[in-house]
Amino acid sequence: MPADGGIGAATIRREDVRFLTGTGKYTDDINIHGQAHVHFLRSEIAHGKIKGLDKASAEQMPGVLKIFTSDDFAEVGGLPCGWQVTDRHGEAMQEPAHPILASGKVRHVGEPIAAVVAESREQAQDAAEAISVDIEELPAVVDMPGALEDSAPKVHDDLTSNLCYDWGFVEENREAVDEAIRNAAHVTTLELRNNRLVANPMEPRVAVGDYTSASGDSTLYTTSQNPHVIRLLMGAFVLGIPEHKLRVVAPDVGGGFGAKIFHYAEEAFCTFAAKNLGRAVKWTSTRSEAFMSDAHGRDHVTKIDLALDAENNFTAIRTETHANMGAYLSTFAPSVPTWLHGTLMAGNYKTPLVYVNVKAVFTNTVPVDAYRGAGRPEATFQLERVIDKAARELGADPIALRRQNFITEFPYATPVALEYDTGNYVATMDRLEDMADLAGFESRLAESRERGMLRGLGVNCYIEACGIAPSSLVGQLGARAGLYESATVRVNATGGLVVMTGSHSHGQGHETAFPQVVADMLGIDAGMVEVVHGDTANTPMGMGTYGSRSLAVGGSALVRATEKIISKAKRIAAHLMEASEADIELGGGQFSVAGTDKSVAWGDVCLAAYVPHNYPLEDLEPGLEETAFYDPSNFTYPAGAYACEVEVDPETGKVSIERFSAADDFGNVVNPMIVEGQVHGGLAQGIGQALLEDCVYDENGQLLTGSYMDYAMPRADDVPFYAVDHSCQTPCTHNPLGVKGCGEAGAIGSPPAVVNAVIDALQRAGHDVEHIDMPVSPSRVWHAMQG
Amino acid sequence: MKISMTVNGREMSGEAEGRTLMSDFLRNTLKLTGTHVGCDTSQCGSCVIHVADRAVKSCTMFAAEADGACVKTIEGMANDDGSLGTIQQAFQDHHGLQCGFCTAGMVMSADALLKENPSPSESEIRDYLEGNICRCTGYHNIVKAIMAASGQDVENIAA
Repeated sequence: MPADGGIGAATIRREDVRFLTGTGKYTDDINIHGQAHVHFLRSEIAHGKIKGLDKASAEQMPGVLKIFTSDDFAEVGGLPCGWQVTDRHGEAMQEPAHPILASGKVRHVGEPIAAVVAESREQAQDAAEAISVDIEELPAVVDMPGALEDSAPKVHDDLTSNLCYDWGFVEENREAVDEAIRNAAHVTTLELRNNRLVANPMEPRVAVGDYTSASGDSTLYTTSQNPHVIRLLMGAFVLGIPEHKLRVVAPDVGGGFGAKIFHYAEEAFCTFAAKNLGRAVKWTSTRSEAFMSDAHGRDHVTKIDLALDAENNFTAIRTETHANMGAYLSTFAPSVPTWLHGTLMAGNYKTPLVYVNVKAVFTNTVPVDAYRGAGRPEATFQLERVIDKAARELGADPIALRRQNFITEFPYATPVALEYDTGNYVATMDRLEDMADLAGFESRLAESRERGMLRGLGVNCYIEACGIAPSSLVGQLGARAGLYESATVRVNATGGLVVMTGSHSHGQGHETAFPQVVADMLGIDAGMVEVVHGDTANTPMGMGTYGSRSLAVGGSALVRATEKIISKAKRIAAHLMEASEADIELGGGQFSVAGTDKSVAWGDVCLAAYVPHNYPLEDLEPGLEETAFYDPSNFTYPAGAYACEVEVDPETGKVSIERFSAADDFGNVVNPMIVEGQVHGGLAQGIGQALLEDCVYDENGQLLTGSYMDYAMPRADDVPFYAVDHSCQTPCTHNPLGVKGCGEAGAIGSPPAVVNAVIDALQRAGHDVEHIDMPVSPSRVWHAMQG
Repeated sequence: MKISMTVNGREMSGEAEGRTLMSDFLRNTLKLTGTHVGCDTSQCGSCVIHVADRAVKSCTMFAAEADGACVKTIEGMANDDGSLGTIQQAFQDHHGLQCGFCTAGMVMSADALLKENPSPSESEIRDYLEGNICRCTGYHNIVKAIMAASGQDVENIAA
């Protein structure tokens, strides 16, 4: 291993230095000479007709440059949706127009109606308050099954109903699943809600649009997880700017968790207005705006049936889910409750028959899209909750019931279209039982009881499909994009390297981990490798970072590009040493001729590539720079087993997490420190969903949780030290690093563990409670205990 | 109005309106962008700085209130030779940050805590950080880093 860390080393992060000294460069830190500021006037009404808008007096306010309304965007496309779902009858989903500024109607609280551009942010805000909007309020629809009733108000008048699609998967299994459930020895049914969440990266979204009249080039600085995707969507579908005239830069980005994947109206507005006004235009979201304009996550209502035979083998799973799309289709919204959810319903278990029905519904709420895990947490939660309930009904041990039904042979083709390439669910459960000291639970239970507290243990498994994904497959499934990743490796004449990746780091540590891969392959110091990302002007076309795909897909592209570098460098080395290329070996930062003491240093080969005085120019181009695009052949399948122990205060219903243990199989690991940090963060978000977080609307579509005063984010005293372990490693079989991805595991695996533990605590105390919806708040627990 | 203050040992001044928040004054007028603003309800703590040796949320005071005061921000936390200070180094060593956005506030709060309580327990740290939200780390490595910065042995804390 190189001195400062190759693959497998817990190298500390180089990017930390700038963040720890206040010298990072986030989008809001970017100010362009002469920039103006925009403030969006947003709807305070969930559903209504815009009957009039008077901006005359606002236009006279100090500093106002221009007030934009939907009329200014008549020639501009709306926000596109990047995924089309075909319903169970073969029909395309209903896809409403999604204007940049509200046109004719407002459809959710927070929808932008007008945009005031002024010299200062304060002047823009002051002027927005002087705009008079006449809106005829219409009845709002918020409740999901209710939205599908004939009498429900329609969110979009030009659609036939509020149903986006009615998806069945696998449709051909529908009758067989029904029959298996009718004939089962036992059926366990559970109805539950997967609560609506707000991603809440700590950095609110920011967009700065700029236009250079001399060249006709537009530039957008934005808080994005995938600048190339924004360039493609905004350039091709919204503003009609060819990609070579549009640059999108996502510099340091303060967290994403899915919410910064999507293309938002504010990005298109700032880019458009900059050209229109000949001034750079900046928008910085407040947190209050973020709550009503960032895409939300989850929000499913589900009924699940699990059928078992007389020996407790799972025989069939049937689910019926209503998934909230909100008022418009966000960029990848249709894929979340379908292909990222239905395909995971087999879980870690060999259930021969599965049928998933999802009705996606429009409501007068903020659009819902992918949030950390995206569909997979929803699948895992319902499956792992219903298994726990089945165990209780059957008097079976919940761990033994899971073990009995584990998939144990790989590759394994599930009945819901995926092929798990590798895994070892027995090993992760064994590891969990050990690290969580499940054998010692009874004594901890007794100790809690002595203090008058209820104690419970929840255990569950999870599997996820990561590293999204084979382009040919997702194309068949409705994606309007490819999902490869790219890397350019540029070796400089003096031997240092620059890696330009299409992946984007917004906390994941690519600037440290990617050089570890290159350094390991070349046998050089990782400090000689620099990573460039986040700017379409200097990185190859990439699809960005989400779905735990950076290392599995972007890292694989990096390996391929580095392999090309090695191949060419060996040819140069062979020339320099007058040896056969086949005899050249690379190790320890130098090329040597096998079986001899001849060698040439890495730096000398690099220099020769750029100063080709002694160089095989007739056979080989000078220079040492290679690009690779990598399109995976399958998803990766991280999996694991989690255990949570809670105490419940019988007086107040307050739940506290006493122990949390996570045994994960991520395949090979490049930087264990970073991987563990990813799991910690995922666990806190999952625990947050289980205990604290809930995005709530009232029946009129008013957002009741619009700030950190009402939306309960997990804080340091809500969570414990976690025990995490990734020593069970079944390497991915189809990517060159054998890695699987770790970014979402914690958020996927932890909610059922927490809820299972709370139900266990209550049942051990004699309460006949089968389920409590998340968040498992003190009041919900207390009411459950009162029967 | 003109506002003057000592920031990280340097005399600095600039124009501000009466309504200008201290966080905006630091970021936009003094160009010290290491202090971040993550909310508008004084909850997230990304903007914590020290004014007259007390930790305050700079989004919740007016710049005018700091006129003439001694102010310390994240930009002033490194050692004189430019190397990371003890708390900063502990955050790097123990992976106490990911996206880096809340980090300035975390470091400034941790510094205030350790001045009050040089060897805080895990629960004292968690309690003290009640006004600092991090969405990335799950707090595990932040708490660990602060314990390490205070000289406590953190080897036995699970990964």
